[in-house]
Amino acid sequence: MELLNVQNAKKYFPVGKEILKAVDDVSFSVGGAEVFGLVGESGCGKSTLGKLILKLIEPTGGKIIFDGIDVVKAHRQDLAKVRRGLQIIFQDPLASLNPRKRVLDAVGEALIINRIVTRREVKERAAYLLEKVGLNADSLYKYPHEFSGGQRQRICIARALAVNPKMIVADEPLSALDVSIQAQILNLLEDLRKDSGLAFLFISHNLQAIAHFSDTAAVMYLGKIVEMSPSAELFNGPMHPYTEALLSDVPKPEVGGKREKIILRGDVPSPIHVPPGCPFHPRCHRRFGPCDTVVPVYKEAKPGRWVSCHLW
Amino acid sequence: MINPLLSVEDLNISFGSGDNQLKVVNSLGLNVDYEDFLVIVGESGSGKTLTALSVMRLLPPNALFSGRVIFKGKDILSMKDDDLRKLRGKDISMVFQEPMTSLNPVFTVGSQIAEVLLAHENISNKEAMDRAVGLLGSVRIPSPELRVKEYPHQMSGGMRQRVMIAMAIACSPSLVIADEPTTALDVTIQAQILELLGGLKEKTRMSVLLITHDLGIVAEWARRVEVMYAGRIVEKASANEIFLNPRHPYTRGLLESLPGKKGEKLVPIPGQIPRLNELPPGCKFTTRCRYVIERCHEKEPDLLPVGEGHFSRCIRAMEI
Repeated sequence: MELLNVQNAKKYFPVGKEILKAVDDVSFSVGGAEVFGLVGESGCGKSTLGKLILKLIEPTGGKIIFDGIDVVKAHRQDLAKVRRGLQIIFQDPLASLNPRKRVLDAVGEALIINRIVTRREVKERAAYLLEKVGLNADSLYKYPHEFSGGQRQRICIARALAVNPKMIVADEPLSALDVSIQAQILNLLEDLRKDSGLAFLFISHNLQAIAHFSDTAAVMYLGKIVEMSPSAELFNGPMHPYTEALLSDVPKPEVGGKREKIILRGDVPSPIHVPPGCPFHPRCHRRFGPCDTVVPVYKEAKPGRWVSCHLW
Repeated sequence: MINPLLSVEDLNISFGSGDNQLKVVNSLGLNVDYEDFLVIVGESGSGKTLTALSVMRLLPPNALFSGRVIFKGKDILSMKDDDLRKLRGKDISMVFQEPMTSLNPVFTVGSQIAEVLLAHENISNKEAMDRAVGLLGSVRIPSPELRVKEYPHQMSGGMRQRVMIAMAIACSPSLVIADEPTTALDVTIQAQILELLGGLKEKTRMSVLLITHDLGIVAEWARRVEVMYAGRIVEKASANEIFLNPRHPYTRGLLESLPGKKGEKLVPIPGQIPRLNELPPGCKFTTRCRYVIERCHEKEPDLLPVGEGHFSRCIRAMEI
């Protein structure tokens, strides 16, 4: 069943007299208990897209439907309903928690505002949520600074779970954590999906984590999705040269790890002055005839595999 | 036997005093050979950055330290400040994680590179600027003669890190210490920077001491690896050995917690990295170790050989 449907979502920011197209014509959908992985380098618009979906920022255009509700048109009541079903967790858990609130108050606030439980039951429910994310009940009376980074991320997850959401937007939830802790959090998210049927929009620049966790994966470059397909196919046989380069550039922790890499030319261009033709052509190792003049069409090149590249 | 380029012996670094004293690095020893590529791997708080800083004697003023850091036969920790100044930036140089905070925003990158040259070599301003252009070219910055006049804010993160590398190699040092040089960068740019650093190492025959938390970088670049945990080296070996034949539960745990195939459950290291004032007696990894037995709590194990050039600080090293 389809839970989230995004059609031609756009977010433009005015920069002086020019326009920065942070998210430009992005479409995808996520089903119940599905994990949709969104990968891209800094500045590609992946976090902006995550915020658009919750209407934390106003879209410039396009349509976003969550669980039958039009998010873009939604006001007050409808929007509250959307956000009960759709929660978000961020990269830096310390910045997302109020340093002067105990865990009980942080998690409890969500429970009370949304009338999930009565005031008398708050403590019990909060303890249950903490247990679900692997923290013991003693934690209820502690402040955020008393926890480690991984534990804080667990608190943020518990708070997101308080309203019984159907889907969580996880915006780089692992990036601020140590390697040995990242695996713990990734396992926790996996368990939540299995046990509670939660769907995820998993935003990350960590390709291995996306490959491990997501069912469908999309690669963003300069505000657009350049490739989208079932995760296993995307990572085993990338179609877009950008995906191919990204995959080849990830250092692999194995013996003889040094393989031929595709070293891309230069930096990501400014999103204000997107190159003509294919936006990726100045850095592309496979560019040919039409690339610097003709914008490639984003199309289903093989069943289930969407790509915008003249090669396909 | 030839002496190593750098040898660190019995290095201890701590902060505070009395009951509040925190020991961040504990009796650490390591060697960097000529034309070596040594990688130190560790998570936050393992003491890897302080170890690197001690090689340049750049520790914060409130740090207490003891031990010896011998570079080309001279002890850096007891060297006179004047002698140290002649060494820093000339024979040993450093590249940090965040290039923006390492560069001065109000000077052009050219003048910052030239400054290194002018400090150590008897050349004119004009010559120094010319060499700065050449250095920008050798770190593959396009149109270096124009870029040399730019300020750090006009450049991207990857470009700035190239400028930092240009400064580091300006005086052809014997040793470059790179502390998480690519952590702030995207993967496609990370690949560019590592390729550049590796290429320069081959060309100039300098040694590189690279500090990272990324085992992938270790696999691709390291000749030798030292794994740090709670201020100690817990395992050291050649890069291949570390991946094929890890002999410490922590190293093993790090390798197993990396995402692999879809659907396979990850095996994380349980628990948290202990705080330095809450370290357990005996082996410091006991609080998170799968292989822990009674004897582990009694006495901290020594770093003992478990194979050719392979050392582990675990009493069950041969069983795991």
